[in-house]
Amino acid sequence: MHEWALAEAVIKTASEIAKKEGLKQVTEVSVKIGELQQIERPIFRFALAQIKPDNFKDAKFRISTAKTTLKCRVCGNTWTYDKKKMDKATAEAIHFIPEVAHTYMKCPKCGSPDFEITQGRGVWLESIKGAR
Amino acid sequence: MGKSLVATTLALSLAHKGCKVGLFDLDFTSPSTHLILGAKDAQPTEDKGLIPPKVEGLEYMSLIYYCGNGAAPLRGADTSNALIELLAVTLWGDLDFLVIDSPPGIGDAMLDLVRLVPDIEFLIVTTPSQLAFETVKKQLRLLQELKIPIVGVVENMKMTEAKTVQEQTQCLGIKFLTEIPYDASVESAIGNPDKLLATEVAKKIMKLSQTL
Repeated sequence: MHEWALAEAVIKTASEIAKKEGLKQVTEVSVKIGELQQIERPIFRFALAQIKPDNFKDAKFRISTAKTTLKCRVCGNTWTYDKKKMDKATAEAIHFIPEVAHTYMKCPKCGSPDFEITQGRGVWLESIKGAR
Repeated sequence: MGKSLVATTLALSLAHKGCKVGLFDLDFTSPSTHLILGAKDAQPTEDKGLIPPKVEGLEYMSLIYYCGNGAAPLRGADTSNALIELLAVTLWGDLDFLVIDSPPGIGDAMLDLVRLVPDIEFLIVTTPSQLAFETVKKQLRLLQELKIPIVGVVENMKMTEAKTVQEQTQCLGIKFLTEIPYDASVESAIGNPDKLLATEVAKKIMKLSQTL
């Protein structure tokens, strides 16, 4: 996913939670990003800083990465994503649409493209802190 | 059958009459609109999202830009995630119409589109085959139950004078838009939009586009 669209989604979701919880000022937002998204953190942080609303002005954004693990549906083998094994164009395609990993990756044990991304795909808000 | 051809020709026809039109190929396992358009080197560009390339006057997006000629063996949840990802990051700009070519029948794409795209309206393409139309009827009834607007039904590849599809569509209280005769010459117009727009099929769709 593109960093700007992702940052917008994070701010939108965090704002909704802040409103629901009655937080006047948000002080900390913890975000976890799946490794498969291959987010460029500096761009992501810049985008967050640019689009955050007034009630996020003092907010710290804590960003961590979740390792991507994959499980073959055919033989049950599990393995981890390794960007270093990808050429640049393939890594970029997966960066935009992580599901195209199914086009480029195969189970290293049995060669099947029918695998599950069990962890490390997507983006989620882990926590949000603030003052009422 | 022929829905990608109808979707692409409809998008081209709308653009031809001066509308700003996007074409979004959501048939991930069998994308074909790029072949119909003869899309070649243009690629999406990045600027705070993905900006679709202009192909034959259309803002155009397809998964083929990311999986090339390789197969995309996606299961349900993967299909949904890829669809959401593309919907989220593609910056279409100001459009009069976004034509979405979705896979046939009631599946992940249709359910996700209903859930995620506000103001969506469905134009259903069927063939005269009763087998095809039985599935279409289920889809139409479901859309009616969900109160999703249906533009109408197009009967494609028609080879007889039978009015069965038209009558049954109207029985459901749904508009029958047009019937398109089977035209073998369309095959030779694949990849050549100018030639495609000169076919009898396209003339029918152009006439339909004037009513939208």
